[in-house]
Amino acid sequence: MDYKGIIAKYKDVSGGIIEAFHAVQKELSYLPEEVIVEAAKIFNIPVAEAYGVATFYSYFSVEPRGKNIIRICESAPCHIAGAADVVAALERELGIMMGETTADGKFTLEYTECVGQCQATPVITVNGKPYAGVSPAQVSAILAEYK
Amino acid sequence: MVNITINGMKASVPEGSTILQAAQQVGIYIPTLCYHPDQSVKANCRVCVCEVEGNRLLQAACAAPVFEGMVIKTNTPKVLEARKTIVELILANHPQDCLNCIRNGACELQTLAEDLIIRDNPFELMVRGFEKDLSTPSLFRDPDKCVLCRRCIEACSVIQSVNALGVEGRGSEAMVVPTLGKDLIDSPCVMCGQCIHACPVGAIGEIENIDQFLAAVADPDTIVVTQIAPAVRVAIAEEIGMATGELPMEVFVNGLRQIGFDHVLHTNFTADLTILEEGNELLKRVKEGGTLPMFTSCSPGWINFCETFYPDLLDNLSTCKSPQQMFGALVKTYWAEKMNIDPSKIFSVSIMPCVAKKFEADRPEMYDSGYKDVDIVLTTREIGRLFRQSGIDFSKLPASSFDSWMGAYTGAAVIFGASGGVMEAALRTVYEVVTGNTLEDVNFTGVRGFEGIKEATVDLNGLEVKVAVAHSLSNARKLMDQVRAGESPYHFIEIMACPGGCVGGGGQPITKRNQKRIERIDAIYLEDEAMPIRKSHENPEVKTIYEEFLHEPLGHKSHELLHTHYHDKHKKYL
Repeated sequence: MDYKGIIAKYKDVSGGIIEAFHAVQKELSYLPEEVIVEAAKIFNIPVAEAYGVATFYSYFSVEPRGKNIIRICESAPCHIAGAADVVAALERELGIMMGETTADGKFTLEYTECVGQCQATPVITVNGKPYAGVSPAQVSAILAEYK
Repeated sequence: MVNITINGMKASVPEGSTILQAAQQVGIYIPTLCYHPDQSVKANCRVCVCEVEGNRLLQAACAAPVFEGMVIKTNTPKVLEARKTIVELILANHPQDCLNCIRNGACELQTLAEDLIIRDNPFELMVRGFEKDLSTPSLFRDPDKCVLCRRCIEACSVIQSVNALGVEGRGSEAMVVPTLGKDLIDSPCVMCGQCIHACPVGAIGEIENIDQFLAAVADPDTIVVTQIAPAVRVAIAEEIGMATGELPMEVFVNGLRQIGFDHVLHTNFTADLTILEEGNELLKRVKEGGTLPMFTSCSPGWINFCETFYPDLLDNLSTCKSPQQMFGALVKTYWAEKMNIDPSKIFSVSIMPCVAKKFEADRPEMYDSGYKDVDIVLTTREIGRLFRQSGIDFSKLPASSFDSWMGAYTGAAVIFGASGGVMEAALRTVYEVVTGNTLEDVNFTGVRGFEGIKEATVDLNGLEVKVAVAHSLSNARKLMDQVRAGESPYHFIEIMACPGGCVGGGGQPITKRNQKRIERIDAIYLEDEAMPIRKSHENPEVKTIYEEFLHEPLGHKSHELLHTHYHDKHKKYL
């Protein structure tokens, strides 16, 4: 993947390193070391600082992740509505625990803060797309969309 | 001026002062943790909070500027309670092993806990459980102890322009880490140790070599020999409850005998020798069109910096080893022969103001004597600990002279400990070598002092030599960028990695303020002035070593033992 080309596009944008990271992560699902090193070079900051940016924002990951990122809200309203049961269903269905990635590299399970869909809890997002009022029974149908 | 009321007292303070500065002016003490007098305001710990009339929330004294008519209260029950809670929360994430900590008794957090009368912390202890980073021979990191003040980051980035440290994550998950969260040895760290001085607690410290020293002393077959760097004496007094520079050299020497050194010699001897070698190297480069400007090579933090960030300029570095390593190579050859001692029995210890010296001593190229030239390096702080461990009362200790050979030195060697000193020492000798005249006034005051970059031009019988001196690596970087761009007007550049030179080194007594470094510099020049001989080439033992052993500066023997080469460190992440 031409991560250098992607990063270079944001060279003259103010605060462009954040946008560059988003753009690369869209392709790779995470920010590998060489991306951080390249971004530091392009934006003329120390690698230590670029790494600080990459780890400051919870939407960036410096660890390898799957192609599809599933996030489950861990805020109070979803918690009361039974988010734990949805977590259990996802973990069972994918054969991984929260924070892990499936062996085929297709799915990663993560927690997230409130995504602002509290009208129908619990909420999960897949690659940023929200699914509201999710029950454990719906989990396999949602996953099937991405398989 | 701005009129304020602080704890009921009227005061007039300069406009733009912070509450903290105003309080200091009127003699009111406000506790701080992340605040550092020579750094930018961080205001992240909130320990210095105060009440300001008209404000609902408490204000951080280190950051809040005063205004006309401001009414400040620094010690109300609300303020004291808030400060106490803040420190209790910090302590709840801090390992409770003060008794085993390298900063026991010299820790800002410990002092705060005492000042705020913290007894039963209501918060549960939650230590994050990071592994210690022991990847370098100079420094360790103990991230569990980190209070996230970020003073080390500023020392590393702003003062040294090394940028080996940054923050990973945020909020309660944040941690100070070397580049990319890896070990220090993989980062661009040059091991200068300025982060140790910046750290308020024991999250960063020197790797101690005290056990190896004690083992060598305990072994009756081992002959323990030491060399002392010039910046150590002026500062060691601070470790034993005396004022800077107050411990006389000869009493210090006796103290070293008391803790078990068999022979006490002086790095100053090889500092003088360095001047002969380096001065002649400079003249050779000027006459024969060698690479100029030539850079000094005494400061191992600076050498690491050059090898890391300016590998294209390694030819500019003088090939002279540092005085420590010249000494190491000679003590197991020349000195051993002269003393009729089997060099394999010598345990060579250097006492240094520096933690990068520990790395330097471990370099694979530093075995020219056929053995490890310098076995271990002890910092000024470690020697202070050993003195306290032995319970030596320096006020009653009689004086004792240095041993011979390699114990004699001149004022020119003494000033190696301060920024500009190597340059001045070199000029004292080079002037006389080139002009053949006696230098009446040996004081080159233009290269002295705490100014970041100093320059001077010296007329050597029509040969105009332009020199520059820099201390702190951010200043070195400015001169290096000039050299790299081909715009440097200088013949000779002295660089010392640490603020103020070796007196401010990473192994010196913990020093928060540059003012302390300036006091040590003053003590160095006082010592120089009191020396009967102040030019390196007049050192009688240096004359002897050239007659008996080395024969001439830059000669065959010198190249074998006293000169070295440098490597591109090929660091992956800068």
